[in-house]
Amino acid sequence: MKVPAMTNLHALSRRRLLGAGAALGGLALAGCASTASGPSIGRVVVVGGGYGGTTAARYLRMWGGNVDVTLVERSASFISCPISNLVVGGYKQMADITRSYDGLKAMGVKFIQGDVIAVDAAAKKVRLADGKELAYDRLILSPGVDFMMDNIGGLKAAIDSGRVLHSWKAGPQTVALRQQLEAIPDGGVYVMSIPRAPYRCPPGPYERACMVASYFKTAKPRAKVLVFDANPEITSKKGLFERAFKQHYDGIIDYKPNSEIRSVAGNVARFEFEDVKADVLNVIPPQRGGDIARTAGLLNMNDRWVGVNWLTMESTAAPGVHVLGDATFSAPAMPKSGHMANQQAKVAAAAIINLLKGEAVNATPVVMNTCYSFVTAKDVVHVASVHQYDAVDKTFKTVPGSGGVSAAANQIEGRYALSWADNIWDDMLA
Amino acid sequence: MQQPETSLTSFRPTFVAQALGLAFAGAACALPAHAQTPDPNLARNLAATCANCHGTNGNARGDMKSIAGMPADKLIAMIEDYKNGNQPATIMHQISKGYTPEQIKLIAGYFAAQKPKK
Repeated sequence: MKVPAMTNLHALSRRRLLGAGAALGGLALAGCASTASGPSIGRVVVVGGGYGGTTAARYLRMWGGNVDVTLVERSASFISCPISNLVVGGYKQMADITRSYDGLKAMGVKFIQGDVIAVDAAAKKVRLADGKELAYDRLILSPGVDFMMDNIGGLKAAIDSGRVLHSWKAGPQTVALRQQLEAIPDGGVYVMSIPRAPYRCPPGPYERACMVASYFKTAKPRAKVLVFDANPEITSKKGLFERAFKQHYDGIIDYKPNSEIRSVAGNVARFEFEDVKADVLNVIPPQRGGDIARTAGLLNMNDRWVGVNWLTMESTAAPGVHVLGDATFSAPAMPKSGHMANQQAKVAAAAIINLLKGEAVNATPVVMNTCYSFVTAKDVVHVASVHQYDAVDKTFKTVPGSGGVSAAANQIEGRYALSWADNIWDDMLA
Repeated sequence: MQQPETSLTSFRPTFVAQALGLAFAGAACALPAHAQTPDPNLARNLAATCANCHGTNGNARGDMKSIAGMPADKLIAMIEDYKNGNQPATIMHQISKGYTPEQIKLIAGYFAAQKPKK
């Protein structure tokens, strides 16, 4: 008599347990046990699996435990922009900058490979390209950047055709640039166009110039790197890059400031004062917050970036929608970097858990940034900054006397740069 | 060497005053009852700013120093040495100056309570 009753009861609670486990992400029962207790305190949908989105998803699970987190990302795996210039230079492979989302799944994050094409902030739901809808209590968009190509004649068609590369989102564009560089003849010309700041990864273009030149120096010593910068000077680590250009790549890199690209025709890039024929044409276009931020009507700063409340990372244009990373209208001296997106994600995760629980949010958040750049295959320079929240001006401000750049390029920081990558990728994805 | 220390000192009282001001303002709209209580997650949130290099909860790999489980006094002393230049560094002398002594104390306390993975 008693045995079947016990069995039924057991079966019932087991079903319930499995049901709850499934709601939190399928395979992740073990992960749930350590992080979740009680019913879900809320549903958070995260759009974009880059530096910001992955960190937010992971820390929401780690700190909130029973937050129901869904991450929607177009790609099956994460590919890092930082370190991707080493792939361009031939010193790393794509596999070295690619990581899976399995760690997040094991943490109880529901992963959906898909494309969010609409946000309904009033109804608190998003719609995917396949028609699926996801309801949320809080939404996080970490959409990165998309390109503004309308003012550069011929650029969009040239990039769409694959003839001109941006290689400013890591992935197939990184591979394509490497292939074009390998195909360039000795004596060939690589041309890079840098947009006016602000753009993603301020030191990135100068690091890329070094990596391409480093490859040419050994493999194609007569090939040239022509850098046309729309800015009046190198925008990050200026002295250090100038030194590297002279010390390592004298006669290879030719750097021209105040040179904004006007149009592209065939393999010719047209600037204000000259037309330049390129064997490889790498145009980094001007940027704005990613498409989904624009579609959602969030680009309320200069029609390009998303204004946010820095205590919560919530958009000033749409309640309940938090925006991270490069798409945000940066605080003073705050770079658009993967490191910064990771830091902002932690501010957002802490605040969202507070908000879901009806608690006050942290009134004194801090974020910091470190960007390492390779000037040779082994020598690295850094820029670092610490940003404390200023309650009067309601923004992050760098702390006077803190931060700075390397005294000189060095190989110790070359090792640190690679360790930085391993550790931040774990912090996002492990 | 004197210059950064001087500006840090002048910065500190301003920051504390602003922080207190906001603690009241922020709490007033969200949760008046707890306006006097410090944020219980402040140490955790501050320590998370170190995780990019030093690993989640201070468990780092590669060439970065693991700080999970390090006694708080030891970590505070290390940071002080970076700040005042007694300990040469590639980057920590610049980063450590961005945090107040109170914040360093909270961060050190948090990492001391973390389990090292190995």
